[in-house]
Amino acid sequence: MATITDVIPRPASQSGLWSWITTVDHKRIGVLYGTTAFIFLLLGGIEAGIIRLQLAVPDNTMIDPDTFNQMFTMHGTTMIFLVVMPLSASFFNFVIPLAIGARDVAFPRLNAFSYWVFLFGGLLLNASFLTNQAPDAGWFSYANLTEKPFSPNQGLDYWALGLQVLGVSSLAAAFNFIVTIVNMRAPGMSLMRMPLFVWMTLVTSILLVLAFPVITVGLIELTFDRNFGTNFFVPEGGGDPILWQHLFWVFGHPEVYILILPAMGIVSEILPTFSRKPLFGYPVVVFSGIVIGIMGWAVWSHHMFTVGLGPVAVSVFTITTMLIAVPTGVKIFNWIGTLWGGQITLNTAMLFALGFVALFIVGGLSGVSHAVAPSDNQQQDTYYIVAHIHYVLFGGALFGIFAGIFYWFPKLTGKLLHDGLGKLHFWLYFIGMNITFFPMHYLGLNGMPRRIYTYASEFGWDGLNMLASLGYLVLFAGTLVFMLNLLISLRKQPDAGHDPWDAPGLEWSISSPPPVYNFAKIPEVEGLDHYWIVKRRAAAEGTPITEPEAAVDPSTIHMPSPSYWPLITAIGVLILAGGMLYDTGWDYIRFPIPFIGGIICFIGIIGWSNEPAAEEHHGGDDHAGEHPMVHGDACPGVVAAVAVRPAGMATPSVRMICSNCGNQLSASFRFCPYCGGAVENPAEPQHEEG
Amino acid sequence: MAHQTAHHTETSHHAPVAEHVEEHTTTGINHRKLLMWVFLSSDCLFFGSLIATYMVYRGQSLVGPYPVDIIDVPITTISTFVLLCSSFAMVRALAATNEDRQGAILFWLLTTAFLGAIFIGFQVYEFNLFRAEGLRIDTNLFGSTFFTLTGFHGAHVTLGIVWLLGLAWIAKKGRLGPKTALDVELAGLYWHFVDIVWIVIFTLIYLIGGFDTGPAVDPSLVPHSITGFLGLI
Repeated sequence: MATITDVIPRPASQSGLWSWITTVDHKRIGVLYGTTAFIFLLLGGIEAGIIRLQLAVPDNTMIDPDTFNQMFTMHGTTMIFLVVMPLSASFFNFVIPLAIGARDVAFPRLNAFSYWVFLFGGLLLNASFLTNQAPDAGWFSYANLTEKPFSPNQGLDYWALGLQVLGVSSLAAAFNFIVTIVNMRAPGMSLMRMPLFVWMTLVTSILLVLAFPVITVGLIELTFDRNFGTNFFVPEGGGDPILWQHLFWVFGHPEVYILILPAMGIVSEILPTFSRKPLFGYPVVVFSGIVIGIMGWAVWSHHMFTVGLGPVAVSVFTITTMLIAVPTGVKIFNWIGTLWGGQITLNTAMLFALGFVALFIVGGLSGVSHAVAPSDNQQQDTYYIVAHIHYVLFGGALFGIFAGIFYWFPKLTGKLLHDGLGKLHFWLYFIGMNITFFPMHYLGLNGMPRRIYTYASEFGWDGLNMLASLGYLVLFAGTLVFMLNLLISLRKQPDAGHDPWDAPGLEWSISSPPPVYNFAKIPEVEGLDHYWIVKRRAAAEGTPITEPEAAVDPSTIHMPSPSYWPLITAIGVLILAGGMLYDTGWDYIRFPIPFIGGIICFIGIIGWSNEPAAEEHHGGDDHAGEHPMVHGDACPGVVAAVAVRPAGMATPSVRMICSNCGNQLSASFRFCPYCGGAVENPAEPQHEEG
Repeated sequence: MAHQTAHHTETSHHAPVAEHVEEHTTTGINHRKLLMWVFLSSDCLFFGSLIATYMVYRGQSLVGPYPVDIIDVPITTISTFVLLCSSFAMVRALAATNEDRQGAILFWLLTTAFLGAIFIGFQVYEFNLFRAEGLRIDTNLFGSTFFTLTGFHGAHVTLGIVWLLGLAWIAKKGRLGPKTALDVELAGLYWHFVDIVWIVIFTLIYLIGGFDTGPAVDPSLVPHSITGFLGLI
């Protein structure tokens, strides 16, 4: 099998298109995630624009009801699965290894695989527009509207298969980040010294790992119902459409926290930095995040109060839903406590973070009002719900993400985003967001149902709808200002230096943009807000802060090498899922194309497992099996297992063996834990750090 | 880039000092092993959801065949026994790997795969039999839930067999031993997990649910709606 690896030579380009296609560098993958998700943000924004244009005036006939259904379905699906989740993933990728003092994630190629599968999943979902069969049953696609008799075209198949592919991506990424955070922290970084963003990433990843299989099963059952005649959600066959709601929301409510917790983590980094104070009550904020992650599993039926679950179930879920507001409220008070008495710098990142807190409070309060079942019966399926979700996801998650973009952009590029344009962007967003979504509270309470393509003038909804549509234009202008800011800042802004904010995180102790290997010398973490501790001590002692890069020859640091295999395997996943859309109608081989995808996947996994994570570049004819590596062993089996669910872990993979004592070592060891020898050259004696 | 022109003659001054080596894989657990456990936790929810679907729809089929008509507990007891024996063989394979007994590694890996294949053979036989007796995936809720749940389990076993055969192929080349025991251990984790899932499935579908009929079954025994199921938990 080694021949497969030999046929295609290992990619070696360091720049240009191919270097991006084959990259396994977590920073580059973060950029890929962010850029792709931003393009999907524009797409979802255009869909929102069409919705607002249609609803601006009563009795509008600009688009027909079918197109309107497609617009709001794709808008919701895009914004949740293709924008907010991957934008968060973009921050996980770029920030997490830097924030925990690691050189990359635990499985760099699995990371590249996650990105490509995400991209292909997004393309598969949006390819439905090309055949004019976009999904049209809403972002939670309730059965039995989704069954074949009611949705006869292939839109829901695109939706189900696209989400399956995106689930593969999310699962692979979540596995990777759990292992990275649990296992690759720099010496001294105990759990309670981890920055809040790292904590929230860990909680989010655990939620993803546990929540996605549930929707996977739901989507499998939906696909089987539509294509194989099963009766899971078909009442005529004894099935119960409510089962879909349970499966969807058992996934869907943890998903809500998957969307918001990363933004909460980002804000918890930014508020202390620009208040010049450590986060108020750090352990309480951590535990609140964990409690939200656990309790998020016990509230799903509050999405189903009008279904008729009975008074006991409704009461239980009312209480749990109200309870989950407590840890959320605790966090808000801790953020306010952080600001209290701080020396506040009001730059763009801080404004977005403050905007997050303010708008999330509004969204949280309307959320608590849904928790009251009688009140929810009135609000169900009205624009009040639309207002709530946009306050928590736009005002919440997206504001947090933009705060993070302004905060970490100088680390990514070495240049600050222009603060004046940034403030203009913030105020356009803040005002536009409130003009667009605040009137929806009133519209909803006045009875305007969501998902209607038009309305009659006598209902009295004209003015507020027009106002909301005008607000969209303000948001549109804000997005243009942001894009302008990106272009101008990359060209015109002066170098920001490595620590423009005097920030506490490890990532600010290295140069901007960070070198490929991140940390020349793995830092010894002395406490929470490590870099503040180092800087304060240096200032007190009057000594300069040492530049760690200077002490080390970077050529001695082995990094994982680029690879084609994640991309090839991801293409296999795309064909495997997308091929399901072509039904030959034959008796035995109804779906031949997925087999081709499966074979490509298999070849990709074999090639992947035979390829060492890091290539030696001194020209030796290396044989898989004795590769010294910095870290990043392949785990193609998990790719197989999540990609071709179900599957195994065919992992005849490479590892390190200490050539001094012969013990098998974890891929991340640079020194043998048994004999203390350096793995790269075990004959050399152990050196103390100089 | 500079970092990739590695010089083997140099000592890596940048690496952490010896006493921090254990901290570097912070927990001391190998990355791949941790990844496997996280994956298995995810798979628990996958099978959990499929099993929940089955349980919710127990006794809800509107038309036959019902489980009582076609479920054959004795036959499946045999195949369950075979699958459990394969777990024993898997344990022996890992032990042989740790003790570096090359012949035994190959023997026990192939035995595990063979026993797994017998289990799959039983499943193929059972599926064909059910089909002949009129139960297809689209016949009723029992067919939908049964074939989906056991089918996905069978697919897990099948991929486990492919994995084991891959390991056997490596073992034949003499590349498995104490230093590469993790490869066998990960396969073992997966294999045992799939076995445990089957024990749950066998208990719920065959031993407890194997005598279910249509909706007329005693409602006190069966959570006959999702609301009732919620009430139980």
